Amino acid sequence: MLGLELTTVWFVLIAVLWIGYFALEGFDFGVGMLVPVLARDETERRVMINTVGPVWDGNEVWLLVAGGATFAAFPEWYATLFSGFYLPLLLILVALILRNLSFEFRHKGDTAQWRARWDTALIGGSFTAAFLWGVAFANITAGVPIDAEKDFTGSLLTLLNPFGLLGGVVMVLLFLTHGAMFVALKTDGEIRHRARALAVRIGLAAAVAAVVFLTWTQLRTGDLASAAAFVAAAALLVAGIGAARAGREGWAFLGTFLTVVLAVAGLFLALFPDVMPSTTDPAYSLTTTNAAATPYTLEIMTWVALVFTPIVIGYQAWTYWVFRKRISTRHIPTARLADSAR
Amino acid sequence: MELVDIARWQFGITTVYHFLFVPLTIGLTLIVALFESFWLRTRNPDYLRLTKFFGKLFLINFALGLVTGIVQEFQFGMNWSDYSRFVGDVFGAPLAIEGLLAFFLESTFLGLWIFGWDKLPRLVHAACMWIVHLGVLASSWFILAANSWMQHPVGYRYDEESGRAELTDFAAVMFNKVQLVTFPHVVLAAYMTAAAFVIGVSAWLYVSKRHGGRVATEEEVEAGTAPAVLAEAAGERTMYRRAMRISAVVLFVAGIGVVVSGDVQGKIMTEVQPMKMAAAEALYESEESCAPFSVFTVGTPDGREEKFAVTVPCLLSFLGTGTFDGEVKGINELRETYAETYGSDPGATYYTPSDYVPNIPVTYWTFRWMMGFGALGTAGAALVLWLTRRRRDDVVHRAWVGRLGIALPVVVVAANSMGWIFTEMGRQPWVVFGLMTTERGVSPGVSIPEALISVVTLTTLYGVLAVIELKLLARTVRKGPEPFAEPPDPGRDDHDADAPLTFAY
Repeated sequence: MLGLELTTVWFVLIAVLWIGYFALEGFDFGVGMLVPVLARDETERRVMINTVGPVWDGNEVWLLVAGGATFAAFPEWYATLFSGFYLPLLLILVALILRNLSFEFRHKGDTAQWRARWDTALIGGSFTAAFLWGVAFANITAGVPIDAEKDFTGSLLTLLNPFGLLGGVVMVLLFLTHGAMFVALKTDGEIRHRARALAVRIGLAAAVAAVVFLTWTQLRTGDLASAAAFVAAAALLVAGIGAARAGREGWAFLGTFLTVVLAVAGLFLALFPDVMPSTTDPAYSLTTTNAAATPYTLEIMTWVALVFTPIVIGYQAWTYWVFRKRISTRHIPTARLADSAR
Repeated sequence: MELVDIARWQFGITTVYHFLFVPLTIGLTLIVALFESFWLRTRNPDYLRLTKFFGKLFLINFALGLVTGIVQEFQFGMNWSDYSRFVGDVFGAPLAIEGLLAFFLESTFLGLWIFGWDKLPRLVHAACMWIVHLGVLASSWFILAANSWMQHPVGYRYDEESGRAELTDFAAVMFNKVQLVTFPHVVLAAYMTAAAFVIGVSAWLYVSKRHGGRVATEEEVEAGTAPAVLAEAAGERTMYRRAMRISAVVLFVAGIGVVVSGDVQGKIMTEVQPMKMAAAEALYESEESCAPFSVFTVGTPDGREEKFAVTVPCLLSFLGTGTFDGEVKGINELRETYAETYGSDPGATYYTPSDYVPNIPVTYWTFRWMMGFGALGTAGAALVLWLTRRRRDDVVHRAWVGRLGIALPVVVVAANSMGWIFTEMGRQPWVVFGLMTTERGVSPGVSIPEALISVVTLTTLYGVLAVIELKLLARTVRKGPEPFAEPPDPGRDDHDADAPLTFAY
């Protein structure tokens, strides 16, 4: 197909799925983490949560499809990664469960305690998942101990190395910035201004941490393409912060969106042609070829992806269009609050 | 305890739990879509109230189905990495396609449905729930194709060099004969579940003293408002009766469909997994013709001999083969056949020489409970149709109608769980029938403490969530449907775009 190796095509597609996941769920992780910082009262908390209400679920499907596509296109990668990063993934699962249920259940209770508990679940879940994804991707890029049987031989502590931890911190800071930009773009009133001001401040911290992390990555495993992506990511983050300062929220959000896109793309470029390098012996590294499914499976999957990915992107974009209006405190129906006061 | 046992317990617990929510989701999308369409067509306010009310209950349920579904996708790789390596080429594709085709559709259009009351024209809004329903059907198709492949692998070849099963015919996997009958069986059972749920909730509200069964208080009699109160309660009863009758039709028709598809399934199972059928029957010795169906059997502890049984003559032959004099193989003969076939296969690194007999008491009883509970559910539908014929307001005086309401969904949900426990336990010791034993599928790199942490964490979390879920469902049901309020119609010009959101978290 176009002279490209299908294994490369699928490496790119899986990268696209993870990029989509982080660029989209990144901002709803950010919104979740920022609830206690940006919102001053219950109505403002609800304003924030409702900015992501109609879309967070669709955002999260990018993760499920990334997981499923890895299973299908690179079974060995899926097997090594998921069994190897066992405890962090378990924690991520718990974090996602609590966070997602918080969206659905938080507004159904009628006591302040009920809401406070679900707020904790939302904040803690968003933070834990964002941080651990950062740790995981830093470790995937840098390589982990993998034996000849393609099994991970490290432990949880192997993953919590300085590089991995920095990856987690960068992910959290980037998503905080991205989330603040989203709140600034999607709300009106005081909270909008607060979000914009905060986005600038956290954005600067994110920029510093990201530059250190991406430079470190580049020095470890980078090539020319990843360098270009990292430089562009950093530049766009700075541009996004500048746009936020100038009050251009649309451009600012686009800036952090593309920052996440390019930073994650850079990680995948630095990874290629490996999918999970082995620090035990480079010969044991999982690559796009030795971890891949058969050409027949890849071919079928390619056709399905070619047909359906544009359709999915089309209707997801339409959803964002339908819910394009800013939300402010006056849009929050008061009925439920009165109801809860009883 | 071996790693394989812990991993199996986790898979069993998380999957049975996940599948408490799945059938309700599949079926409720249909019923809610039906209610909303009826509203658009008849403009009867009751249908809109029912749409919103059951929509709310559906969302509480959907939330848990969704989050427990993520665990399902992750745990193949986490606990069963050798299985994943072995089957990924065949099994991964339907999973990935399920995500791309179905999950995106479900989640996106559900978001539009929940938040879109004041954003979308009414027809488009109703269409969203139908699209969600299409999404869940697509989802069922792909995941059941993957499961059917584990029951009856087709369209693959075993590659000695790579040591894995590789896809050779995608269409064969998608249209596996086991899949073709499993899909209607499971989807119809899901329709049964949701219909039983709607009947249960409606029946309870019908008799509830705070809703359909409300009577005038002494103050209201004195104030002269008693007739209005009674008229309102009668109006509520009309609505619940309507919901019950629609759902009873769905439950009854789906129940018949489940029996028919289950019958075909039994014959295919006898052909492709004869041991499962023999175990389901606790049939130890082969019967050359006129095999009896056992209603109750006690075997010796080693599972090799029958001690006591109550049987219906020839019925098993009919269930398994379609004729009353068909031959049905028994456990002992099959055990030898399996040992010959699989015990001596030279290239088979994925077998563990094994006793090829599943857990007989579990398969035997889950098979019966599945059928028994399913039949009870279908009979319940007939009873509801009879009780609610014409305008029988006296139903209200029968407290047991409320109890029936609680029992019906429990019975049907139990039938679903039993069916899955049966079909998965009945496949043992295989994870992929004839290709890989379950023991070989576990992750070699995962330690027993890690696996224990995982199963304990998830089980505890799931337990807590079950309590929260039941509380929320009960609270929402007790409140009952909200009074009718004409929803905003964004398709019209005079719609106020600055009004508060119709739905907000």
